[in-house]
Order: sequence, then structure tokens, then C-alpha cells
Amino acid sequence: MSVPINWYLVVAAALFSIGLYGVLSRRNAIGILMGIELMLNAVNINLITFWRYLDPVRITGQIFAIFVFTVAAAEVAVGLALVISIYRNRDTVVVEDIDLLKE
Amino acid sequence: MADLIVLIENWIEKILLGWGANQELTLFILQTLGSVLVVIICFVIVIALIWVERKLAGRIQDRFGPNRAGPYGIFQSFADIIKIFTKEYITPEGASKGLFNIAPVLAMASVLAIWAVFPFAMNVIGADIHVGVLYIVAVGAFGILAILMAGWSSNNRYALLGASRSVAMLISYEIPMVVSLLVPVLLAHSMKLSVIVEAQYPWFIFSAPLATLIFVISSMAEIGKAPFDLLEAESELVAGYHTEYSGMKFGMFYVAEFLHQFTVGALITIFFLGGWTGPLAVRWPILGVVYFYGKSFFVYLVISWIRLSLPRIRIDEMLNLNWKFLIPVSFINLVAVAIADRVLIELDLDRWIYVVVMFGINILILVTALMIAGKNQKAVVREEFPPRPVAVPPGTKAK
Amino acid sequence: MVPVIIFVLSSLITLGAAVAVVTNRNILHSAFYLILAFVGVASIYVMLEAPFIAVVQVLVYIGAIAILIVFAIMLTRRLMSKDLVQVNAQWGWALFGAVGSFVVLGWIAYSVQWPVSVQTVPADSITLIGEELLSTYVIPFEIASVLLLAALVGAIIIGRERE
Repeated sequence: MSVPINWYLVVAAALFSIGLYGVLSRRNAIGILMGIELMLNAVNINLITFWRYLDPVRITGQIFAIFVFTVAAAEVAVGLALVISIYRNRDTVVVEDIDLLKE
Repeated sequence: MADLIVLIENWIEKILLGWGANQELTLFILQTLGSVLVVIICFVIVIALIWVERKLAGRIQDRFGPNRAGPYGIFQSFADIIKIFTKEYITPEGASKGLFNIAPVLAMASVLAIWAVFPFAMNVIGADIHVGVLYIVAVGAFGILAILMAGWSSNNRYALLGASRSVAMLISYEIPMVVSLLVPVLLAHSMKLSVIVEAQYPWFIFSAPLATLIFVISSMAEIGKAPFDLLEAESELVAGYHTEYSGMKFGMFYVAEFLHQFTVGALITIFFLGGWTGPLAVRWPILGVVYFYGKSFFVYLVISWIRLSLPRIRIDEMLNLNWKFLIPVSFINLVAVAIADRVLIELDLDRWIYVVVMFGINILILVTALMIAGKNQKAVVREEFPPRPVAVPPGTKAK
Repeated sequence: MVPVIIFVLSSLITLGAAVAVVTNRNILHSAFYLILAFVGVASIYVMLEAPFIAVVQVLVYIGAIAILIVFAIMLTRRLMSKDLVQVNAQWGWALFGAVGSFVVLGWIAYSVQWPVSVQTVPADSITLIGEELLSTYVIPFEIASVLLLAALVGAIIIGRERE
């Protein structure tokens, strides 16, 4: 354990912030999804870091991370199906142009 | 007589320690030398396999194989290599250079990385990780990515089409491959490859023949060999995803394909044919290495034999086969093997009765599945045509 | 010394690739940089002595999600327009928010006294995971499988061609 725990947490925080910037500033819907994936990866790094440094004997941290993987996979599948369906109807994937509910 | 591998290892270690290196560096150098040796053996095997494949293809198809370059054409591989080295690299205009150049490297790397976890003999293994089986599947996924990269970065509509088709086939066939790979894991109670090999008494091909069959079929789809070879369907898509590659970049795809076929042979050996086990393999590990490579080569020959005898199947028939037959059968097989294994262990039977019962259960599932699949086939109605009159000169009666 | 070097290298690759993901103009290049970021994260998991999570990361993210994303990008491209502006009007505020969140999280990471334990990692974590998933966490496990089934059916129905 020659790498202190703070370093891992800072890397995870940086990855989370970069993903947050991606979600808030991209126009392409798939670009936003990629930002969400970066945020989920950052959360997983955090979980595994806490498992490793705070309580490595109990395996709960890894199980939590496995559930995050599962939910991320399901969400990407449904999200991309939605994006493809919207593209077929509106012929665009730029989220600013998908504003039917706005008056 | 001590064993050859241990002898060489001790000798090198003594030399390095004599030069003043500390223990860690010695270990690191020994491990590097070991992995370099494995990679070199892989490449030498591929050079030999190219000749074997072409000669075998020739003989099975009732023609001579290569017979000009040297006696029986054994220098054909070297001629091919020299030709590939001297060809010019052509990069299509508009292609993304980074992706275009990385794709063949990634395809080769993903196949070579699988060799890191193979057990060559007792205690001769690269990295005996606890999740060896999952590692193999995960690294295989990199190869799929390389195909997608190659297809897209060629800036060529047909390469992209070929790449999309082949990626769709590859990710579909990953599912029965992984599920049937779980059966040896189940029977050996571990995911470490060394434990799986050592738990095979008798070989898993006898205890789980259906899993073997499903794994062989899905692996042949994964490596893109006939009857699943629409990855390089020459008559349909020029050359699929590697249309725009020339020279050594194409050579890397070519070598990666042969090496992948041999690696799949090695995988089938490890999981179902007992790996390095055989008579006297525990006493002399060098015999274990010989058995391992021998069995892998035998499986490679069987796969080549199947490839050279069968025509290609259509993509919709192939996807039907996967989603409607292989996946349900592999899942049912997994559940049945799990239940049967638990029940038979509770009953504490003799080892050979266990094998016979498991074999029977597998055959039962296969026959039932084939019967159910056969019932849904549309009956082919053959009409009986009356004999037609052949052309006769006018005036005579038609027969 | 060597673990520190490897950690710094993996982190630089991951963060560099992540920055390239969110700033690149070509969305397909972003997807391939995302794959590089996933590889970096997998190597961080290996350093944290969680081999099962590292392998599942490669298998699920690179082997499935990345391929899904690349396919979706290929299916929703109109032109090969490389000069389409990719950031929207509020990128300034987004940058401020991202930097702010990083500062806050980093400050928390450095100011809390984490109760680091000196116990060693169990050698065969995968057996433990299997046992825990089927005994203590069996209900979330079953719900996750139902969730995946719902996502599978939903994605197929939503993404189907309407005839």
C-alpha cells in the first residue's frame, strides 16, 4: 500500500468532474451518454478504493461495484435504443433540437 | 534425472546472481525471458502452420498444395513472409491514421495476451490468476474491437459493412462460448486454469460432451473459420474488414488469424482434453509441454479439416442457429450439469459411473434439443414429376 | 516506488483519455478515447488488487458497452461532418461546475482522516463474491437480473424498426 488513499480518491474525483463537464456541455446525445459512463467509472473507482483501504476482508465493496456495472450496462442499452429511435423520427441526435415539449 | 525446464531456470538464475543482480531483478528477467520464449514459439508455430494449412487444404481438396518452394513446398511460408515484408504500405485517403495503424497491432496483441494464462505443465504457467477463464473471454473482446476499428478507419463503405457484419456475428457467438465454458469451471470448482487442468481425471470431453460441442462450434464462429467464414467472404465483400490493408499490416491480421485458430485449439485442449496431462507428465514437465502442444495441434487439424470440407452458411441462418438453438441448449446444459454434479457428488458414486451418468445426461439433452429443433423445420415437399418426353425427331413416338 | 510509477502512468492515461472524450469534435474518436479510458480504469483496479472487477470492467465496458456506443454512433451519423460544433452554449458554466466539484471532492479527500486498515486482501476473492451474492445479497442479485431482462426487452422494442 505504498500509494496513499487520497491519490486514488483524487483521480476518481477528477474523472467524475470530467464526466460532469461532458454531460453538461456536449450537444450530441451519445456524447452525453459517454460522460455518464465516465461518471459511473469514477464512482466504481471510489467504491473499490474504499473497499481496499478501509475494509478489505469483507467483500461488500466489490459487490456494490458489480451492481453499478450491471445498472450501467442496462442504462446504456436502453439509452442508446432511445437515441436510435429518436434519430429515426427526428433525423437528429443533437439534444438542443429535440425540444418538442418546449413552446 | 532432474527436469529440463527446472535445470535451465536454475542455471540462468545462478548466472544472473553471479553477475550481482538482486533477487527481484533476477525474477523479473526470468519471467521476461519466459514470456518472450512463449511468444517466439507461437510465431514459429504459425510459420509452420501456414505451410501445414495450405498443404492440407490441397490434399483434402484433391490437388497438390504448394510444391515449388523447396521439397514438398516447405519453404512456402518463408516466401510468403518475404513477399509481405516487401510490399508497400498504402493508407487510404481520409482514413484516421492512428486507428488504422493500431487495429492490426491490437488484433495480434489480443491473441498473444491469451497465452499468458496457459498452463504448459505442472507449475509452468505464466500468470495463474484466480479469474483465468474470465480473463480469456475479456481479452477476446479486444480482438472484436480491433475488427471494428479496422473496418471503420479504412474509410471504405464495404470494409465498414464487412466489419459490422462480422462484429455482429462475433458478439452473438460470444454468449454460447462463455456459457459452455462455465461447464468445466463448474466441474472443476475453480476458475484457475491450472486447477481446471489438474481436475480432469478423466477428461472433461467425456463428462461434458455437449459443452465441448457447443464450445467448438462457437469458437469456430469466433475465429471466423468455415462454415462461419463470412468475415473474409471473398466473393461477397472483397476482403471484409482488412480490405485496405497491405504489407506487414495485413500480415499481422493474417498471422493473428492463424494464431487465433491455434489458440482456440489450445483452449479446447485445456478445458476439455486435459491440457498437459498424460502418462508421466507429472514426473517430467517437459513431457507435459509436448503433450499440450501435441493435443492443440491435433485439435487445430480437426478444425482445419472441418473448415476445408464445409461450405459457408448464410448470415441469417447463422444467427438463427445461434439465438434459437445454441443459446437455449447451452443454458439448459449448464443448469442440468450443475444439478447433476451436485446430486452425484451427494450420492458419492465411483468416478467412472459418474462419468457415464453425465455423458448420458448430455446426450439426452442434445437429442431432445435436436428433436425439438427438427419438428419446427418446414417440411420439404417433394413433388414427383412425371417423366418428361425427351427431344425426339418429329414423326417418331415419344417414350 | 514501482507501484507509484505505475499508478501515475495509469492515472495520466485515464484522465488524458477522459479529457479527449469530452472535448473531441469527432464523436467516433471520442468513443475510441473512451475505450482507452476504460483500459486505464481497469489497470487502476488491478493495482487496487481487485482482479475480478478489472476483468469484468474489460468484459462489460469494453467488450459490450463500447461496441454498443460505436454501433450507435455509426447508425446515427448524417454526414461525415467534422466541423460540427460539439459544445453547447453553456459550456462556460459547465466548466465552472466541473472544476468546482473537483475542488470540493478533492478537498474532502484530503481533509478527512480515513481509517485505513492494515488487513490483507483475501486471496480467493471470487469465491467470496459468489457466496455473498447468493446468500447475503441474493435479493439485489435477483432484482438486478430482472432489471437486465427489462432493459433487454425494452431496448429491443424501442429500437425496432416500425413497419
